[in-house]
Amino acid sequence: MIAALHSVEVDYPGRGRALGPFDLALGAGETVALIGPSGCGKSTALRLLAGLEAPTRGRVQRTPGRGETSVVFQGPTLMPWATAEANVALPLELAGTPKAEARARARQALALARLAGADQAKPAQLSGGMAMRASLARALVTRPKLLLLDEPFAALDEITRRALADDIQALWAELKPAIVFVTHNVEEAVYMAGRLVVMTPGPGRTASETAVGGPFPRPPGWRTTPEFREAAEKVSADLAAAMGQAA
Amino acid sequence: MNRALAILAPIVLIAVLLAVWEGACDGLHVPVYILPPPSAVARAAVDNAPVLLQSAWNTLSMALAALVVASLAACSIALVVSLNALLEEAVRPIAVALQVTPVVAIAPLAVIWAGLDHPERAIVGLAAIVAFFPIFSGALTGLRAADPDLERLFDLYGATRAQRLWRLRLPSAAPFLLEGHKVAAGLAIVGAVVAEFVAGSGGAQGLAWRILEAANRLQTAKMFAAVLVLALMGAGLHALMQAAEREILARWRGRRR
Repeated sequence: MIAALHSVEVDYPGRGRALGPFDLALGAGETVALIGPSGCGKSTALRLLAGLEAPTRGRVQRTPGRGETSVVFQGPTLMPWATAEANVALPLELAGTPKAEARARARQALALARLAGADQAKPAQLSGGMAMRASLARALVTRPKLLLLDEPFAALDEITRRALADDIQALWAELKPAIVFVTHNVEEAVYMAGRLVVMTPGPGRTASETAVGGPFPRPPGWRTTPEFREAAEKVSADLAAAMGQAA
Repeated sequence: MNRALAILAPIVLIAVLLAVWEGACDGLHVPVYILPPPSAVARAAVDNAPVLLQSAWNTLSMALAALVVASLAACSIALVVSLNALLEEAVRPIAVALQVTPVVAIAPLAVIWAGLDHPERAIVGLAAIVAFFPIFSGALTGLRAADPDLERLFDLYGATRAQRLWRLRLPSAAPFLLEGHKVAAGLAIVGAVVAEFVAGSGGAQGLAWRILEAANRLQTAKMFAAVLVLALMGAGLHALMQAAEREILARWRGRRR
C-alpha cells in the first residue's frame, strides 16, 4: 500500500460538500484514473493524496517522505525565470541536495523525458508539449513512489496529448511509481490506467470501478483493440448513469 | 507600420508646430517677454548652455539620489510587510496617506527640518517620498504574484520560508519591481523640481531655480529653454529605464515579446 483515502469528506465553506465519503487505496506501481464531471471533487481527492489539503472528516494515509509524492498540474507550472534544468532540479535543491548533484540528476530526468538538448532553455522557449514533459521530469526527478497527475493534457492539442500519454507510460515503465490520473476524458482514462474509478457529480463518491486489462505501457494501435473499446463503452455508460442519478 | 515612418511622424509634427509658432510670433508681433519664438528659445538655450546643463545635472543627481533612497526604503519595508498579513494591513493606510498628500503641502516642513543651509536634503527627501509609492506598491503586489500552483509545489516539497522567498517570491516580483522603478524615476524628477520650487531657495541650484530666476527677470526665452532641458532630461531618463526594463525582462523570461 502506497497511499489511501479512508471515508474522507471535504467541505468547503460557502460551497458545501465537495467530496465524499470517498475511499481509495493504491498499491505500489498501480495506475488508477479518477474520472468524473467537473466539480466532482476529483482534484480535491488528488490534493488530499498530495497532502496539500486536509479532509474535513476521514483519514488520509500517505508516504510522509519528502519527494515521495509528486504532482503534475494542469499547466506546466514552471518558473519562467529559470532554465529547464533549474526547474527540474528544484525539488532536489529544496531538499538540500548539493547543487552539482541536483543539476546532474535534473539533466538525466530531462533526457528521460526526451528533452536532452533543452536543459538551458527557459520555459517560454519550450513548446506546450515540451513544457509539460519538463514538468513531468521535475515530478520524477525525486523518484517518487506516487505520481499525481491533475488533467495534465488539458492545455494540449490532440497529437501532443497522445505523445505525452505514451511518454508518461514509458517513464512509468522506467521508475514504476503508482499513478493517480485525474481526467474527464473517458478514452484517455482507459488508455492511461489499469483501474478506473468513475465518480458521481459533486459531492464526488465512487459510482463504479472498472479494471482495464491489456498490456501496459500500451502498445501502438492499442486504441483500436476490442479490449479498449469495451472498457471505454462500459465506463461511458457508467459515467452517464452516474450523471443521470444526480439529474 | 513602417519603422522609419514611425520615427519620422513625431519629428515632422514637432517641426510643423514649431514653424507655426515661429510664424505666428513673427506675424502677430507678440512681445518676446510674453511668448518668445522657437528661434529665441534656441538662442537662449545655446547662450545659457553651461549653466542650464549644470542645473540639469544638479536636478538629475538629486532625483537619482531620491530614487535610490526610495528604492531601498520601499523594497525593504515591502519585504518585511509581506511576511505578515496583519502588518500589511497596518502599514497600508499610512502608505496611502503618504501617497495622496501633495508634496507641496509637506515641503515647507521638510525645508525646516533639513535646515535652510541644506535645501538639497529637503529636495531629495521630498522627491523620495513621491517616488516611494510606485516601488512599494509594485514590490508588495509582486511578492504576492507568484503562481498559486508553484506555491503548492513549494508546499509539496516542504520549502522553508527563506527558500520560498528567495526562489519563488522575489523572482516573481521582478517584473513588478522594474515597472515600479520606471514609474518612480519619472516621479522623482517631478518631485525634485516641485520641491525645489517650494523650497524657494537657490541653494540647490537646480533647473527649478533657473526657471524661477528667469521668470523674475522676465527672461521668458530662458524659462522656455530651462523647461526644454527638463523635458528632454525626463524623456531621456524614461527611455533609459524603459530600455533597461525590456532588456532585463527579456533575460528573465528568455524571450523578447
